[in-house]
Amino acid sequence: MDVYLPIANLSVNGLVIVLLGALTGVLSGLFGVGGGFLTTPLLIFYGVPPTVAAASASTQVTGASVSGVLAHNRRGGVDYRMGAVTIAGGMIGSGIGALLFRFFQSIGQIDTVISILYVVMLGAIGTLMAREAWGTLRADKKGERPRAAKRRHHPLVAALPGRWRFYRSGLYISPLAPLILGALVGILTMLMGVGGGFMLVPAMLYILGMSAGVVVGTSLFNILFVTMVTTMMHALTTKAVDLVLAALLLLGSVSGAQIGTQMAQKVKPEMLRLILAVIVLLIALRMLWGLGVRPDEIYTVTPL
Amino acid sequence: MIRIALLLLAFFALTGARDPILVPEVSQHEVKVRQGFTGTELLLFGAILDPAGTRAARGYDVVVVLKGPSEPIRLREKSKIGGMWLNAASTDFRSAPSFFAVAASRPVKDIVDERTAAIYEFGTDFIQLSPTGEIDPAEQARFTSGLVDLKRRQGLYEEDMHGVKISGQVLYQARIALPSNVQTGTYTAETFAVTNGRVVASAIAEVEVKKVGFERFVEVFAQRQAFFYGLLAVSLSIAMGWMAGRLFALI
Repeated sequence: MDVYLPIANLSVNGLVIVLLGALTGVLSGLFGVGGGFLTTPLLIFYGVPPTVAAASASTQVTGASVSGVLAHNRRGGVDYRMGAVTIAGGMIGSGIGALLFRFFQSIGQIDTVISILYVVMLGAIGTLMAREAWGTLRADKKGERPRAAKRRHHPLVAALPGRWRFYRSGLYISPLAPLILGALVGILTMLMGVGGGFMLVPAMLYILGMSAGVVVGTSLFNILFVTMVTTMMHALTTKAVDLVLAALLLLGSVSGAQIGTQMAQKVKPEMLRLILAVIVLLIALRMLWGLGVRPDEIYTVTPL
Repeated sequence: MIRIALLLLAFFALTGARDPILVPEVSQHEVKVRQGFTGTELLLFGAILDPAGTRAARGYDVVVVLKGPSEPIRLREKSKIGGMWLNAASTDFRSAPSFFAVAASRPVKDIVDERTAAIYEFGTDFIQLSPTGEIDPAEQARFTSGLVDLKRRQGLYEEDMHGVKISGQVLYQARIALPSNVQTGTYTAETFAVTNGRVVASAIAEVEVKKVGFERFVEVFAQRQAFFYGLLAVSLSIAMGWMAGRLFALI
């Protein structure tokens, strides 16, 4: 099934794109991450121009997170107050991200910056997750229950001035902490074309110390709004949102997300985290290869 | 009026006596890029006629050059710096054709000398890219071959040294494939008749590549109404996500 993408200016196999969307959708349903970190590189690999890939992937992530937010909302798993703070940060962040994007583009290093970000972020998170999941699985096999981790926020968070109560998260901390966190994720969203869930979830757990029950829902809520803003930013500045590409991706991902949610209830969560960690690490390695060993292309063209 | 006609007649009678006339045609003057467009094949054909109207007796070679709209570009080159591949050197070209295809009846190097080939751009090595800035020939050659190699792998620069078929010394035809990732704009198809290493006749035909229907609508919408286009994209994604949630809840 050949589909012509009017903004990307090329014809693709529509079925491949829908399947790609479904794959990321399953991931998002399984793990509560947007899956943009997988969509963008795979689209670029397929021949879609990088900017179009990043812009359209953020549109896709919006769709994939809607149903997730609705589902979590029904069982009270969204801390709207915390979400609002991280979203405010995200708006600031995506503005900064857009400026950074333009700056790195003008000096011709945007693709290097994106690759480095992917390698560092995915590498670090993948390693952390793999270690944690592997440890839990081993402990399970030996039959010993792991000690329940003490939930604490990072000492730096406590040092910030002014405190708000976040009831659902069970926190009494400075709103600056989630604001800065949201801004950082917003910058990365704009630069990498990802929702940032794979960073936000661990950061909320380990840095802010939010209660686990609201982490995924609140993260999805944040992603939903930040990707909406990112899509608008791309539409206004880069004009690279391809509606046809986004629709195809959405078609796959929204149904994939539902399948993923069903699957998540049948598999051990540690096993899931281990699989996600392996996927994340593989992508990081692939990017590292392009950065350090052999780039995909020596020459790149930018219109003047 | 009559005087002009006579003058023209005299012109052709005196100067054009030796040179043949090319009558070129293109299978489609308009390529419509719409949903399902996967590229197309252009048939460039025509006749080489003797001015006298008899069939051309001498052996002609025909070279066809199809060029897409040119654009100024910056070409960046990655080099390994501190163990990482970074964009380092770059060069600007003022007129890099977005598409370039050459077809000839015989390898160009057997038809004309290199100088003539360079003048008429008979081959991807001879594309006139108009580099700007300081020009170091060796470096320029490296950049040019890098660009040509990149574009060739994208299917945008082609060379077919046996792509022109000449039948009966009169009719010629060449097929050139346009991939789906071609840029829209006016393409020029130039046909050259060559004999004894000299270009003796040339003619130009134009092909318009344009988006039509929904594809054109989306492109114009994204450019002119960026804000509403963005809103549409956002609402589309929310609507689809919400609908999927409802649908799967029913199952």
